Amino acid sequence: MMQEGLDDGPDFLSEEDRGLRAVNVDLQTDATLQVDISDALSERDKVKFTVHTKSTLPNFKQNEFSVVRQHEEFIWLHDSFVENEEYAGYIIPPAPPRPDFDASREKLQKLGEGEGSMTKEEFTKMKQELEAEYLAIFKKTVAMHEVFLCRVAAHPVLRKDLNFHVFLEYNQDLSVRGKNKKEKLEDFFKNVVKSADGVLVAGVKDVDDFFEHEKTFLLEYHNRVKDSSAKSDRMIRSHKSAADDINRIASTLYTLGTQDSTDLCKFFLKVSELFEKTRKIEARVAADEDLKLADLLKYYLRESQAAKDLLYRRGRALVDYENANKALDKARAKNKDVLQAETTQQVCCQKFEKISESAKQELIDFKTRRVAAFRKNLVELAELELKHAKGNLQLLQSCLGVLKGDT
Amino acid sequence: MAASSERSPPPFPDSEEPELLEDSDEEADAFTGTSISEMDSPSPDSTRPPKDIFNEPPEDIFSDPLSNINSEPQKKVDAKIPSPSSDEAVDLFSDPLDDDSEVMSSPEVQNPMPDLLNEPVEAPKSDVLGEPPVHRNAARHQDVFEDPPKSSSKSSSVKKAASAEMFGDDDDEEDLFKEPPKVVTKKPQPSGPPVDVFTEVKSDVKVKPQVKDDPTDLFAEEALTAPAPKPSSGSSSSRTNGVHSEEQDLFSEATVELSLDSPCNDRKNKEAVKPSVSAPAAPVASSSSKAPSKSLEELEEEESEDKFDLNISITNPEKVGDGMNAYMAYKVSTQTSLTMFRSKTFTVRRRFSDFLGLFEKLSEKHSQNGYLIPPPPEKSILGMTKVKVGKEDPSSAEFVERRRAALERYLQRVVSHPSLLQDPDVREFLEKEELPRAVSTQALSGAGFLKMLNKATDAVSKMTIKMNEQDVWFDEKIQDVENEEQHLRKLHVMVESLVNHRKELSGNTAVFAKSVAMLGSSEDNTALSRALSQLAEVEDRIEQLHQEQASNDFFTFSELLADYIRLLGAVRGCFDQRMKAWQRWQDAENMLQKKREAEAKLLWANKPDKLQQAKDEITEWEAKVTQYEREFERISATVRKEVIRFDKEKARDFNRQVIKYLESLLHSQQQLIKYWDAFLPEAKAIV
Repeated sequence: MMQEGLDDGPDFLSEEDRGLRAVNVDLQTDATLQVDISDALSERDKVKFTVHTKSTLPNFKQNEFSVVRQHEEFIWLHDSFVENEEYAGYIIPPAPPRPDFDASREKLQKLGEGEGSMTKEEFTKMKQELEAEYLAIFKKTVAMHEVFLCRVAAHPVLRKDLNFHVFLEYNQDLSVRGKNKKEKLEDFFKNVVKSADGVLVAGVKDVDDFFEHEKTFLLEYHNRVKDSSAKSDRMIRSHKSAADDINRIASTLYTLGTQDSTDLCKFFLKVSELFEKTRKIEARVAADEDLKLADLLKYYLRESQAAKDLLYRRGRALVDYENANKALDKARAKNKDVLQAETTQQVCCQKFEKISESAKQELIDFKTRRVAAFRKNLVELAELELKHAKGNLQLLQSCLGVLKGDT
Repeated sequence: MAASSERSPPPFPDSEEPELLEDSDEEADAFTGTSISEMDSPSPDSTRPPKDIFNEPPEDIFSDPLSNINSEPQKKVDAKIPSPSSDEAVDLFSDPLDDDSEVMSSPEVQNPMPDLLNEPVEAPKSDVLGEPPVHRNAARHQDVFEDPPKSSSKSSSVKKAASAEMFGDDDDEEDLFKEPPKVVTKKPQPSGPPVDVFTEVKSDVKVKPQVKDDPTDLFAEEALTAPAPKPSSGSSSSRTNGVHSEEQDLFSEATVELSLDSPCNDRKNKEAVKPSVSAPAAPVASSSSKAPSKSLEELEEEESEDKFDLNISITNPEKVGDGMNAYMAYKVSTQTSLTMFRSKTFTVRRRFSDFLGLFEKLSEKHSQNGYLIPPPPEKSILGMTKVKVGKEDPSSAEFVERRRAALERYLQRVVSHPSLLQDPDVREFLEKEELPRAVSTQALSGAGFLKMLNKATDAVSKMTIKMNEQDVWFDEKIQDVENEEQHLRKLHVMVESLVNHRKELSGNTAVFAKSVAMLGSSEDNTALSRALSQLAEVEDRIEQLHQEQASNDFFTFSELLADYIRLLGAVRGCFDQRMKAWQRWQDAENMLQKKREAEAKLLWANKPDKLQQAKDEITEWEAKVTQYEREFERISATVRKEVIRFDKEKARDFNRQVIKYLESLLHSQQQLIKYWDAFLPEAKAIV
């Protein structure tokens, strides 16, 4: 049943959708390396993405090639970036969220169970509805995976990463596996330590005003964007429910209208037809708000988290550097292990300087990206809202014209 | 006089031209045969309606017509019949017309003001004189119809009965005269000089023929028979016709009917036309004894023509008292020009239980007759308790407003029912300062308990009565009503859910708006920060919009459905009443059967002493059976009428309310466009 949504594989890569991708980040595309997801296939519990690369870089054997990747491989790539000390000074593009079709699947299953209790038309309608919903989630999933790759491909340093190249080119399974329980537990502890440490590090007064400002900003911004994202989700969810109600009203009006052929029934049919159309528009409004607003906020929720992580790494490095300084002072005072302390201090200093240097640029880029993305999405949101409202208005006007003409 | 009669004939006859002559012969004969006395007796009846319509002294008219009829008609008929040649035909037409004109002129002399009046009156008579019209008139009086001669005379004299077409024509002409000054001037002129009138009258008379001309077939026929008059008349009439497009419609209808030729069809058509033609015609028809013979649909149509001028509004809900004894009192204001009320505007204060009391009283009196009593809104103990206890909380304000609106609609439905409006309790409810407290409506009171018991027994009997439905109409309608109620319930649930989701959406939008405002405040890019706070404002407004829309969803759409679910319940109640009547009849029938069997046994057993008693019982039960049967038929007729009326009102209500609802949606979209339009430049200004 799930496969049905996938039949239109090419469909979701239509022109319109292409515009929607990479929507959350404004990237300078570079002809030397272009990555996209040209196709995707949903199987029982996994999605297979076809990653398509076009490149003139010498370290690729061919100019154009495609590989099939799964979500886990994306996560592997992301984690390899995070774990790489070299990239400590960069905002690591946030990993795409796990494809989640469970809710949609569950609904479809429920629909199948309730098949007997509704009319054939209702069933078909509901099924179409759910399939459309499924398709929408699917498209979103693909888009988010693609955004991740595009961000990496556009990054001046990360694009040269070997793992990335392997990910793009190696036409076999990367045989990455999901983390096992032990690893997950380790991750969990790491995270606890990290967040405890984060609090500690965050408490340290930064010498640099820029970073001090960024720190306070990001802390607040992250919380607010998190809140907004959750609220927008709720808003959109109720919008969708309202659209569903209109849909059901339309079909009930239809059954009322088909009872016999009195004028009132014709009237019901007409109104039903109108509702059928307006609910489509309402659903589109909800879907577009989801795409333009909720997804934007969600992306920046993750991106701001990535930026915060960067600041944490810098803060950590700063603390290390200061500790090394203290240790060096102590060593000098005791005149013991001075050389070792000096090297440690040197290393820490270099690391901190390096992170600070790239982090500053990264944070400035983050801001530029964010402003551009918000601009793009808000403009598009407003335009879509206008388009839908106007479409709705027109429908209502013409319907009212007809209804009033009848009387 | 006779001429006047002819005047009407031309229209009808067109199609029936050949028959016309013959008919006229016969009728004429019949007419001569008919005694004046016969005509006299019907005339009084007939005169009354015309009075109403035309505000005219009927006697004058009638006396004239009658005399004319007696003296002139014969002659004229004679004259006409003999002349079969084409010339004659022309004459025929011209003659009638002329006569008409003459008649018209003469009446006018007597009653200067009402030329119109004369026309109508005369027109019918012309029918009498001998033409197809007679059939129509006769047909209308079905009883009368049995004796052709009499009926013809009667109908003619009963002028008011004038065939629908005649009526229609007359009315139209009235209109013509009243409205367009030109026409008015025209007519008087012809009537002035009697001699000239002949030619000119044609034009007047022709108005009708021309109108009929519209239907080409008729016209063609007419042309054959009366070539000469037509052209002249055509030209003059066409002008007048042009003025009144309405008229043409009427006529075209009429003509279509005419082409059917058969008298009964004509009759139906006429009747159908009549009510629509003019308001005055309707009252006449209903007041006349003919009413019963009409089909329900026609009656119904007439009713819808009755414009009642009665506006009721309920305002100022006010809490009276404190604690659990508190109640809401509503101001019931009535505005009317109906004479049955003492003044034009009056106001009373009523509490909810008074409304329920009114319903109780009305149901007691009228529901067994099959009337559809509009049900009041349900009691809501929870809602009211909230109002009683709560201070100023939005949900109780909504409850009060909802109830106020529901009560207003309820009262409006009651007074828009022509029979219920006549009920003294309704008037008292609207007018009387103090009403005795309605006790039986209190929830869980003793009376309430009894009522519940009654309802339960009703439900049981409903299940046990297996009525085998003879009437296809009822059979289908009962089914339809049940289906419709079921669907409406479903729809209502969904609309309620839409209301809830819309409210939820409104709440969530408000929360989101706040959140975006916060996000905007922490954003360090100034332009983006401003855009975000603008977005927050837009969302805030949209929240308002959703909220308004939710209340529109509720008050315009959901409440409409709730009303009709209740009303459909009441319709089913009507059907139940009818079924009860049927049951009563069947029981009586069975009883009669038993009594007859008993009589047969007695006969067999040869017990003459008890025989008499058995016979008495049989006659008694026979009478009961007839009575119950009649009651059943009456209630069936009433229910049917009520349901047809209900369907019409329903269609009107739905139409009006849904359009209103769609307009509210339209408004929402317009506002949305406004808001986003204002936001767009802000978004574009982000740098």
